[in-house]
Amino acid sequence: MAESRIKDYLRESRLFTQRAVIAGLLVVLLLASLILRLAHLQITGHEHFTTLSRENRVKLVPLPPTRGLIYDRNGVILAQNLPTHSLEIIPEQVEDMATTLERLGRIIDISEDDLKRFHKRRKQRRRFDSIPIRVRLSDEEVARFAVNQHLFPGASIQARILRDYPQGEYTAHVLGYVGRINEEELRSIDASNYAGTSHIGKIGVEKAYEDTLHGQVGIQQVEVNVLGRVIRVLESQPPVPGRDLHLYLDARLQETATKAFGDKNGAAVAIDPKTGGVLALISKPGYDPNLFVDGISTAAYKELQQSDDKPLFDRALRGRYPPGSTLKPFVGLAGMETKTISYEQKKYCPGFYQLPGHEHKYRDWKKRGHGPVTMEKAIVQSCDVYFYDLAHDMGIDKMSNFLGLFGFGSKSGVDLTGELGGLLPSRAWKRGAKGIAWYPGETLIMGIGQGYFLATPLQLASATATMAAKGLKTIPRVVRDIQMPLTEEVEPAPQSAPIKLPVVAQDNWDNMLYSMLQVVEGLRGTAKRIRTDKYKIAGKTGTAQVFTVAQDEEYDEETVAEKMRDHALFIAFAPVDEPKIAVAVIVEHGGHGGSIAAPIAKRIMDHYLLEESP
Amino acid sequence: MRIASTPPREFSESTPAKPEGLLAGLHLDLQLLTGLILLCGFGLMVLYSASDQSMAKMQAQLIRLAIAFGVMVAVAQIHPATLRRWSPWAFGAGVLMLVAVLVVGEIGKGAQRWLDLGLFRFQPSEMVKLAVPMMIAAFLSETRLPPSWGRLAMAAVLIIIPVLLIFKQPDLGTSLLVASAGIFVLFLAGISWRLMAALTALAAAAAPALWYLMRDYQRQRVLTFLNPENDPLGAGYHIIQSKIAIGSGGLYGKGWLNGTQSHLEFLPERSTDFIFAVLAEEFGLIGILVLLALYLFIILRGLYIAARAHDTYGRLLAGSLTLVVFVYLFVNTGMVSGLLPVVGVPLPLVSYGGTSLVTLMAGFGILMSIHTHRKLLPT
Repeated sequence: MAESRIKDYLRESRLFTQRAVIAGLLVVLLLASLILRLAHLQITGHEHFTTLSRENRVKLVPLPPTRGLIYDRNGVILAQNLPTHSLEIIPEQVEDMATTLERLGRIIDISEDDLKRFHKRRKQRRRFDSIPIRVRLSDEEVARFAVNQHLFPGASIQARILRDYPQGEYTAHVLGYVGRINEEELRSIDASNYAGTSHIGKIGVEKAYEDTLHGQVGIQQVEVNVLGRVIRVLESQPPVPGRDLHLYLDARLQETATKAFGDKNGAAVAIDPKTGGVLALISKPGYDPNLFVDGISTAAYKELQQSDDKPLFDRALRGRYPPGSTLKPFVGLAGMETKTISYEQKKYCPGFYQLPGHEHKYRDWKKRGHGPVTMEKAIVQSCDVYFYDLAHDMGIDKMSNFLGLFGFGSKSGVDLTGELGGLLPSRAWKRGAKGIAWYPGETLIMGIGQGYFLATPLQLASATATMAAKGLKTIPRVVRDIQMPLTEEVEPAPQSAPIKLPVVAQDNWDNMLYSMLQVVEGLRGTAKRIRTDKYKIAGKTGTAQVFTVAQDEEYDEETVAEKMRDHALFIAFAPVDEPKIAVAVIVEHGGHGGSIAAPIAKRIMDHYLLEESP
Repeated sequence: MRIASTPPREFSESTPAKPEGLLAGLHLDLQLLTGLILLCGFGLMVLYSASDQSMAKMQAQLIRLAIAFGVMVAVAQIHPATLRRWSPWAFGAGVLMLVAVLVVGEIGKGAQRWLDLGLFRFQPSEMVKLAVPMMIAAFLSETRLPPSWGRLAMAAVLIIIPVLLIFKQPDLGTSLLVASAGIFVLFLAGISWRLMAALTALAAAAAPALWYLMRDYQRQRVLTFLNPENDPLGAGYHIIQSKIAIGSGGLYGKGWLNGTQSHLEFLPERSTDFIFAVLAEEFGLIGILVLLALYLFIILRGLYIAARAHDTYGRLLAGSLTLVVFVYLFVNTGMVSGLLPVVGVPLPLVSYGGTSLVTLMAGFGILMSIHTHRKLLPT
């Protein structure tokens, strides 16, 4: 019994040991396979996984560059980056959001819109992000919050940089504004350079010089955890700030000119004939560009959009007006240059003009007529019949070609975006656009700047500047110099060389300039009321018909509704001997150019020539 | 029926083989104890880093370790014969409690595992981890080995009942561990290779049935295992981040407390199931080899203790408990390194958490008891 027990015991023990050894070997074998697997990950795949691990923890954070500043010709700041204070909340640190918001509302004015925007952003951001609830706090509000800050854990005042336009509506149209980058812009910009930038130039100088103003993005390498929270900064490459712009524009002149319009709408453009520099560019009414920077409210935008005054419409660059009689000096010059007429040659004005074999009477503004008229008299008194006849004699082709030299019908090439080219009618244009032939009558009314002919205030000012410079055509420029960031180094903005117009006879220039001088200086000049002893002005008035008066009917200013009234125009330059400023003014529904538009132009020239202290 | 080859009484009054010093007096095995202490020490070091140097977690884990070692010492005092007598009762009680868990069990982490006993919450499946190998070892050691077909079938039923109950909780990891504990007893009892091959084939055939029984999240784990990149932000995230942690550790590691994957929280469950990845990231392949060497030492010592045990019950139980430790190790490391699907099995004695720690140490206590309560036999 005992022996069999021992035998059994030994047999079982052997069997077990055998199995245990097999199990042990199996353990070793499996551990070896595990080690192989780990070696595969840690040695063969080490580089690969190191990269992945790095990508996990290292994020590139873009550092947005500071946008360049914009100064006027005298160093007055037009666009700057202002720290504004906003009230922000980090949801993670707030225990009871509803109570906190309610209590905050008691010390700082928080509107329904603010709350709505806050809750919307709160859903989109992470819990540890700081979310603005009120922007542009007043100093008083900042102070009030600061005193009570201990009551609001998680809420704090944050300084953010916002674009600011201190000149407000005076420079709105020319500077434009920046706004949040939209999806369309996102597609066209260099995404990496704009990685940290939230705003972009939308119109005006801000848009045209976006690349210059923006600068170069900087990059910070940071270590983040799985939630994206920054743990520490590993490496930093600072951004290159945008370049500053110095404009030809005169901020105070902008203000003076805008105020000169009173409650009238219209546009005024002043150009330095020597350089083409735009001294003033006004479209009235303006608007407050600061509203657009951090997102304009729907209601405010709707109001601007739907206003009858069209404040958002840039009349100076995009407003297309019939130039009326302000075109006459150019037509007259065309007549002399094409040898259709001489300066002294007389025409007779009976108060109307009829094409041979036609019944239709083309009226002169002076019903009784001007009698015998020379070029000088025709300009000074703005005789229509003289120019009907001259236009008829010259023909549409010659006239159209010559006017084209002054830039009518094509964009001036100003360094702004959105400019329109006006309309210079020609046979070819009419056939293409209307599909019908040119009528002789259309040549007549084009001679006095009516009909199809349309020009923008900028074109008119540019042509006037070319006239003042006796054929030296400069391209209008808004930006004069570009200043490198951090240094005082200034380089001139790119300019195109002036073009000498192929007008041969120096006499023709002198005569036309003399005639325009007499518009202001002459006893019967249409703009004699702006005559001054301080300097000599050459100019030309214009009145552009908004609606046509039927044959044999009187146009009575009093009875015609304001909207139907004529546009008042005036072009001028001064001083005549050495022109420093050329101006074009259009007052919408203003009535007569001489009485309404000329004084505004005078105010601009006064300011620039007399009050300016360079 | 009493078989001659089972001598329960003879061992009951036995004294230690070589009564020497305090360790022997406490029925502890020096080698095994050294291995366990080194492993737990290394584990604490890794946990310190994995828990972001949380002293609270360190303290909690130290208390658990103290309790677990206390349990081990206590269990080591119990004579194997007593254990053997308790085996059927422990097993019966365990199965009853598993049923109770399914009926009244509290919902915890989406699975019913806990039984609220008023004073404390108890996880019956942990007790079953020990009760099943005890029961099967006791059952098979009643007759001569290798066991008869009838006994094998009976043993298989005894294994399957608790395994299915745990699987239904559902707790795939624990049911796997319990099943392997039972199967190891059968294997060590010397069932024929042919039968084992047949069972393996059967298991393979049963895989589709298993798939049908699985809960959605379990199926997801298997799918994820097959292609983790398929779902990089969802279920595959764990494995991808874990592999990045291991791979970026390289041969020498990033250094203690310097693992970016863990400290920047890319690695999920880094102080519990995925602590192995923290170790691999910070200590590299060298650190892994040290850890695996410690485990291998403990396992081989366990198998040695089993082989030297003086009765069949002790041999089977000691062998099974030792091999289960290896299953823990292999399933966990295999999961963390992407070799196996994600199954919730902790890294034994290293992962943060108390339940499995106590069970494991109780198991080592049994090993020590078996080794130190031997009676010298005539050879």
